[in-house]
Amino acid sequence: MDDIILRTISRLIIPFIEIYGVFIILHGHVSPGGGFSGGAILGTSLILYTLVFGVEKAQKKFSHKVSDIAESGGILWFILIGLVGIFVTGYFLTNINAGFPIGEPGLLLSAGMIPLLMIGIGIKVASTMITLFHTVIEEAHHGSA
Amino acid sequence: MIVLNVFLVGFLIVCAIAVERTKDLLSAVIIFSAYSLIMSVLWLLLKSPDVALTEAAIGAGVTAILFIAVIARTERMES
Amino acid sequence: MKKSVILLIFFALFILLVSSLFTMPIENSVFAPSYNATTRYYIENSVRETGAINLVAALITDYRAFDTLGETVVLFTSIVAVVSILRVSKKTKGV
Repeated sequence: MDDIILRTISRLIIPFIEIYGVFIILHGHVSPGGGFSGGAILGTSLILYTLVFGVEKAQKKFSHKVSDIAESGGILWFILIGLVGIFVTGYFLTNINAGFPIGEPGLLLSAGMIPLLMIGIGIKVASTMITLFHTVIEEAHHGSA
Repeated sequence: MIVLNVFLVGFLIVCAIAVERTKDLLSAVIIFSAYSLIMSVLWLLLKSPDVALTEAAIGAGVTAILFIAVIARTERMES
Repeated sequence: MKKSVILLIFFALFILLVSSLFTMPIENSVFAPSYNATTRYYIENSVRETGAINLVAALITDYRAFDTLGETVVLFTSIVAVVSILRVSKKTKGV
């Protein structure tokens, strides 16, 4: 879609959508939201980029390799945080007893492993949304049929 | 407040029946997206902003886009 | 004939469901069945035990973190299925 209004407006608005998504992921333990909603918002911003600028330019921003790393990295990060609990206390996914600092409730740096897990879920959900859309769109774009 | 709730639930039922009755799949996807937005406002009225946020992002945004992408690769009209 | 029987069954079911609606406790009631000992325990102890003031976040990533791991695995499995069928790579481009 080659439209100057669309290109200008989305170039302005996409950074704000991404900042909002990151804000929701990082503040998951303080305010409503969390990994799933923030990741979905992040994914939606890159889907908007794909719709406006085309699949080729979007593939440069989020290539197959980055998608593979983010897909497996999100879930491996989650399991890694859980394994810390196993090595310290003997139970999977332990929060405070495994030595994660709890901090003062209400601050951004608090609640032990919850923000770390939220970051993992956010990366996973965002890359799932983008990869699903790219995979469905790209074969129609240069498929042989 | 209860009038607003009843109005929204009525709109929800109308949307749900309309999705099932339409033959044009693109219109059905757009009505389904409206259904998700109404559902998101209802979650907010039920005091669960988490679910409202997720419903607005996934139900009205990503699901509609994925359905439209699939319709673009198949047929638009229901046979 | 068949259609009217189906309609009658659905109407009876509708009456049954609506009549059960009036026996439900009103919103935010203390007597609601979902307000039980487990809920009270989470409301009283979650800030002390997890440090998160958002109770929903404390539930899904601390008390029920294994559940969330399951959801993540479901997402991973779905994306693996879609990509293995639909992705265009350099090897399969000319097919």
